[in-house]
Amino acid sequence: MALFAFRRLLLSIPLLIGITFVSYVVISLAPGGPLDFLTPEDPNASPEVKERLIKEFGLDRPIHVQYWEWLKRAVRLDFGRSFLPDGRPVLVKIGERLPVTLFLNLIEMAIIVGLAVPIGVLSATRQYSLYDKITTIFVFVGFATPDFWLALLLMILFGVQLGWLPISGLRSLNWEYLPFWQQQWDFFSHLVLPIVVATFGGLAGFSRYMRQSMLEVVRQDYVQTARAKGLSEGTVISKHALRNALLPVVTILALALPGLIGGSVIIESIFAIPGMGQLMVQSVFSRDYPVVMGNLVIVATLTLVANLVADITYGLVDPRIRFGGRRGRR
Amino acid sequence: MPRRRARVRSLLALIGGLALVTGCNTSADTRAEDTSTPSTPAYGDTFIQASIGDIGGLIPSLTSDQSSHEVGGLIYDGLIKLDKDLNMAPAMAESWTYSPDCLDLTFKLRKDVKWHDGHPFTADDVVFTYQTMINPKTPAPFKEGFLLVKDVQAPDPYTVRVRYDKPYARAVETWGTYMLPKHLLQSFAEAGTLRESPQNSQPIGTGPYRFQEWKPGEKVVLTANPDYYEGRPYLSRIVYRVIPSQATIFLELKAQGVDYVSTLTGMQYSRQTEYPAFRKAFNKFRYPASDYTFLGFNLRDPRFADRRVREAFAHAINKEELIDGVRLGLAREANGPIRPGTWAYTDKVEHYDYDPEKAKALLAEAGWKDRNGDGVVEDKDGKPFTLTIRTNQGNDERKKIAEIIQQRLKEVGINADIQLIEWAAFIKEFVKPRRFEVVVLGLGTGTDPDQFVVWHSSQRGPDQMNRTGYANPEVDALLEAGRSSCVQSERVRYYHRIQEILAHDLPMVFLYFRDALPAVASRIHGVSPAPAGILHNFNEWYVPKTQQRYTSG
Repeated sequence: MALFAFRRLLLSIPLLIGITFVSYVVISLAPGGPLDFLTPEDPNASPEVKERLIKEFGLDRPIHVQYWEWLKRAVRLDFGRSFLPDGRPVLVKIGERLPVTLFLNLIEMAIIVGLAVPIGVLSATRQYSLYDKITTIFVFVGFATPDFWLALLLMILFGVQLGWLPISGLRSLNWEYLPFWQQQWDFFSHLVLPIVVATFGGLAGFSRYMRQSMLEVVRQDYVQTARAKGLSEGTVISKHALRNALLPVVTILALALPGLIGGSVIIESIFAIPGMGQLMVQSVFSRDYPVVMGNLVIVATLTLVANLVADITYGLVDPRIRFGGRRGRR
Repeated sequence: MPRRRARVRSLLALIGGLALVTGCNTSADTRAEDTSTPSTPAYGDTFIQASIGDIGGLIPSLTSDQSSHEVGGLIYDGLIKLDKDLNMAPAMAESWTYSPDCLDLTFKLRKDVKWHDGHPFTADDVVFTYQTMINPKTPAPFKEGFLLVKDVQAPDPYTVRVRYDKPYARAVETWGTYMLPKHLLQSFAEAGTLRESPQNSQPIGTGPYRFQEWKPGEKVVLTANPDYYEGRPYLSRIVYRVIPSQATIFLELKAQGVDYVSTLTGMQYSRQTEYPAFRKAFNKFRYPASDYTFLGFNLRDPRFADRRVREAFAHAINKEELIDGVRLGLAREANGPIRPGTWAYTDKVEHYDYDPEKAKALLAEAGWKDRNGDGVVEDKDGKPFTLTIRTNQGNDERKKIAEIIQQRLKEVGINADIQLIEWAAFIKEFVKPRRFEVVVLGLGTGTDPDQFVVWHSSQRGPDQMNRTGYANPEVDALLEAGRSSCVQSERVRYYHRIQEILAHDLPMVFLYFRDALPAVASRIHGVSPAPAGILHNFNEWYVPKTQQRYTSG
């Protein structure tokens, strides 16, 4: 197992380099450059500023040289400074946005899993019942609802009409002056709407997956056996069926790891949450190469790690794979 | 979006899909409710403003985005500023004088100005700002005005002498730029690392507000400068909230989460905010913004080289109908490129009423007649008059204009198609290479009436701004004269004449000046609409003690 993990880890290094190279070329080839956004369409803008910045950013050199220079710095975890006028280091820019996105996504993920597992299990064990049909409809409505639309409706209802919840942002503007418990409540109330909107959309896929996986398991012989030896239905489902049905879910969870830092642009924009999604989109639109690349490296690394983790945990929780692997190597 | 303190940076930029060009303004509207009910000014409260984009940086001279200049305008000050009528007024300079030949400009500085860190502001800072701006290592997008300067000297700490090689009409305006602190920035400016200096994230200025914090993507917070040389501003704290969604900003406004928006849409202004609770919580204002919308001809097209055809277009278009249909009436007819209400504006120019019969007669005179009875006019070889109206995608207003004009042209026998193209491609593929027949676009007007780059015949190159290809020797001469005089009474004559000629020559059909439609929370008092908009006296806005909402800070 350790050898396997080590081999996979080594293999992912060239893969990562490959990913960054392709990304670098693609973003550089995209029409327009960072300077089209720094020097506006304006008769009073000076053309020599543009040339000067091209030199400063090193954009006058051939692309492979640019990439090589970038790579040399990147391996030392130096991703450079943003091309935007704030000129701040890429890692600082990412660092100040990552916690929010990570926090939101973790909560979302926990809620989605917490809701989707029971929903899926119940609709599988009561297949074609009224409950199954209602949850199916509910879940698909959630899947089909555009989240910006749902967000606006909820904002109008709870924010403007009823005034129960704040509309946007993460904290009230007088947050610093609130007592501790009110601070927590304030923060929590800002999170309610974005989390509701995000989970409502994400619930569908996961609960359907759970339902499907459960349906397969309950038809297995060992579940029949468990029932035959007189175990209660609850024990059969929770002990024998659910455990096995959760196996594929582990894979999905692990693969969702890189998504945790991705952030949703739509939700972040509409609720004015300064997260990773917004940063990535802004930097792509303004062709801020260093930030784009810094972001991509993190996402690519996480994806590779997640794949690895998925493979390893799968082996850990499923004895068949673990033993199968061992036999193969002998 | 009106700039916070009518910062005197020239602006003549084309208005792109989302790229809003500064809109300062003229006469206030009568619909605005009375905000000046007498009450005593009081210090305190927080003013919350929404901004669609984050600031680029805190040295605004290095940025070109709207938000940076709005925030920067409160932290930094210039030697001069614009008053409520868009005239130059003293700021950190108490006075300025020209030599008779317009080549020497001398500023007398106030002696009581201090940087936010307590350092005195002197002529050295002015010289330093100039040197930084002309330094090739400084990535400032707007430095033209400084490159025309011959030299700048500081004979004593409170006198600055600027010399020019040639008279430059916008010389004084140039010095409204953000003054930079020499004692903090000198080493960075010399090394060309201004962007990385602490000043770019923790700025020290001389303006009415001090920087408190910037949470990227979230908010910028400023606090009143108690030592401001014109007196401490009343509003204690300013918060710029970054809200990237237009829809969310409007909802926040309705829920009173923000106190000000620079411009509502026409629909929001006349329908969606017309309910008692909103009218109680906010005052709405209305005044013409600084940019105008036009239908531009490509004068290289032989059909449009004939003035009679252009005049026919002017008579075929019903501007009133456009304003009602597209702007819900919230715009004012334009008859020229100068903002109404400013000193250079004149109304005494040719007007073209909606008159389809006259348009048809003019077309016939120019040789365009319906020869085969199909409703479309043809030239003498039987070629029908067809053309494509082009504009950029994503601007609903311009799309509607194109559609209405299409209908009106059909009435006079001209067959028009409409093509909407994504902004960058539109400029690159059609406007710059001059591959268009007519376009619907907008142009911003600066604070100075000099529009040399738009109308002078030397500016017809692919990357230049004279996009219709207009060339008139008399206008050329007037533009040159206007830009090299420092005497306003002389310049007025030149610009009035230019407007007359343009209205006669019709290189474009001037359609309308949009109205800026800001809303300000009604607890804010002292708002007084003027030609410059409403923000010109921002430092005098206040909230009476009893109505203050945010006690802390």
